[in-house]
Amino acid sequence: MAFRVVHYINQFYAGIGGEEKADHQPEIREGVVGPGAAFKGAFKADAEIVATVICGDSYFASNLEEATAKIIDLIKPFKPDAFVAGPAFNAGRYGTACGAICEAVSKQLGIPVVSGMYPENPGVDMFKKSHYIIETPDSAAGMRKAVPAMAALLMKLLKKEPLGKPEEEGYIERGIRKNKFYDKLAAERCVDMFVAKLKGLPFETEYKMPVFDRVLPQPAVKDMKNAVIAIVTSGGIVPKGNPDRIEASSASKYGEYDITGVDDLSSDGYRTAHGGYDATYADEDSDRVIPVDVLRDMEKEGVIKKLHNKFYSTVGNGTAVASSARFGAEIADKLVADGVTAVILTST
Amino acid sequence: MLKEIERKLPVVHMCTIVPISLTVGANRIVPTIAIPHPLGDPTRTREEEKALRRSLTEKALEALQTEITEQTVFEMK
Repeated sequence: MAFRVVHYINQFYAGIGGEEKADHQPEIREGVVGPGAAFKGAFKADAEIVATVICGDSYFASNLEEATAKIIDLIKPFKPDAFVAGPAFNAGRYGTACGAICEAVSKQLGIPVVSGMYPENPGVDMFKKSHYIIETPDSAAGMRKAVPAMAALLMKLLKKEPLGKPEEEGYIERGIRKNKFYDKLAAERCVDMFVAKLKGLPFETEYKMPVFDRVLPQPAVKDMKNAVIAIVTSGGIVPKGNPDRIEASSASKYGEYDITGVDDLSSDGYRTAHGGYDATYADEDSDRVIPVDVLRDMEKEGVIKKLHNKFYSTVGNGTAVASSARFGAEIADKLVADGVTAVILTST
Repeated sequence: MLKEIERKLPVVHMCTIVPISLTVGANRIVPTIAIPHPLGDPTRTREEEKALRRSLTEKALEALQTEITEQTVFEMK
């Protein structure tokens, strides 16, 4: 008898719509929808997608707990043996949703779960410890690579077959340690590794150290009345016409925009270049993304000394971490050189 | 972007998906209204919206003026 699998996808892959439908509430449909067809092919006769849960990315991201609870209730009647979500590639909200729902299903229903994401998807760091995430390419062009790997891993879990190392199975390392017997003593293995390292030869550690990528908080601003505050955003606010042509996704640059004499961002002057959220509200009034009007008032009232006369903007939508880090470092240097005291960074 | 700025200057992150902000490593976080309009609410009048934005921005300035030793979320009351 085939195993019963429930599949989770977002509104986009269900063919319901793009950002304008990202508030779509959770629903469940019997059988296969969208990328489920590829899973059906990969499972062959071993497993069957009995139902597909669909939820809008923004709805999930804005209502994590409520959405999770609703989806669990939708899934239960289908009595699944396993659960699969995505693949979400490098879509941040979708990846977060896939990760959160996989974690909840695994904990509450106690069945095998698998999702698939690009390593830089924020959902990876948030949920890689809770379940197996197959490493995928960064866009849906990688669907044909992602689905067979996800299906194969899920089948192994269902059949309770032993799993190999992350690189063998294609999943993202979870930081789980397994005991294992070696012929050589630890001391010998350690010396072997050390010698290999000295010789510049490859060697594989048995216990990776975690990477702590944290920056310590800066001291608080002591004297706000004399502070110069700058605005930076990943929400893509740009002068109308997008003069620097910042890309709607996977941005390769940021813009620096002079707001001397601008007290309020009007729809005549400003827009968002961001392609990852419904632009209606930001285009109507860009103050909804960067609070220029309010900071101007505060400047007049003397709450702050000055709103910095330039703001910096990029599009945070599938943007590579390396690019984003470079933007941040460059912007920080410019702000320091301009005598800025502190920064308000807004994200959509 | 945020962490590179924090290496040089105090920064407050105003965003809607707080778990992502925490994962990314923001230290001072102010939760906002919604993804497409973090500092606004189109269901309200323009005046109400601006008042809402003002209170969120005041919260951001409060966060910048607060000494912290670890990641801190500054919730609106």
